[in-house]
Amino acid sequence: MALADFFKKKNSGDVAKDRLKFVLVSDRANCSPEVMEKIKNDIISVISKYMEIDADGLDIQITQTESESNNGSVPALYANIPIKEMRHTSGR
Amino acid sequence: MSEVIVITSGKGGVGKTTTTANVGTGLAQLDKKVVLIDTDIGLRNLDVVMGLENRIVYNLVDVVEGNCRIKQALIKDKKYPNLALLPSAQTRDKTSVTPEQMKKLTDELREEFDYILLDCPAGIEQGFKNAIAGADRALVVTTPEVSAIRDADRIIGLLEANEIKQTQLIVNRLRMDMVKRGDMMTVDDVCEILAVNLIGVVPDDEQIVISTNQGEPLVGTQALAGRAFANICKRIMGEEIPFLDLDKKETVFTKLASLFK
Repeated sequence: MALADFFKKKNSGDVAKDRLKFVLVSDRANCSPEVMEKIKNDIISVISKYMEIDADGLDIQITQTESESNNGSVPALYANIPIKEMRHTSGR
Repeated sequence: MSEVIVITSGKGGVGKTTTTANVGTGLAQLDKKVVLIDTDIGLRNLDVVMGLENRIVYNLVDVVEGNCRIKQALIKDKKYPNLALLPSAQTRDKTSVTPEQMKKLTDELREEFDYILLDCPAGIEQGFKNAIAGADRALVVTTPEVSAIRDADRIIGLLEANEIKQTQLIVNRLRMDMVKRGDMMTVDDVCEILAVNLIGVVPDDEQIVISTNQGEPLVGTQALAGRAFANICKRIMGEEIPFLDLDKKETVFTKLASLFK
């Protein structure tokens, strides 16, 4: 039991560190929920020109990602946009 | 050359006032002329931590409004004649003083003192702006907790934006037993997240509570937290002092050894 616990349970200190890193990324990016909502709506309107997307399932957030050029992590805008149907006919 | 240092944290209750009292007293023990200013108008506390609450006649707002001269409002410490306190007003609010007035006040105090320490109120509003107005340097106090570190990060950003030249971190109330168990963030974790220079680590110590009860700062005693504050003072003055080994068990031998240091 002790061994199983050892592998399963994360130390609360590490949990704190991970949560803190996450919350600081959005704090530092200074992105208010209103701004995020505006970005989200703009993304929907742009992508909707080309394909049908599930606007309710769309999720955007600011996270951290490993930078390729300089070592260390940088903030990144992450968007998960479920596509309902490709609009092959949508013309230009 | 004198220096104006603001002690700040964002979050309340992490130990700003205790740090101000101990660092101020510690610098006075090193023969520096020191003045402590309580900038928490409306929530006066530094006076009780210093044990000087019975000697207050005039306060910060009186000085700023010109009701008295600076000299009249300064309270001399019980033990150290080279240490003084400028208490805050208890019955006024933060808007009674402006950042310009604070800057003028600290500039005047520079002529007389080596170190001017400002005990900043919690928050990022007017009281914070007043406290940092005249500061050359900031000590940011945090505890190894998510909420305190988040607020410290915000404060560090605001200090940078206000062109405070030097910002250093004090990690307060560290519990080595919890760190060892993995139930508290390590000092390295905190420094990595905040990306700021560390000037001291103060262990959680019952003696701090006891000394605050008595109105006598702990610095200068052999208590672990007292020694941590004494080291911070030397680092403020530019000495390179290694960080205390907080993990070390106090044995009869180490106690004896420290007596001869």
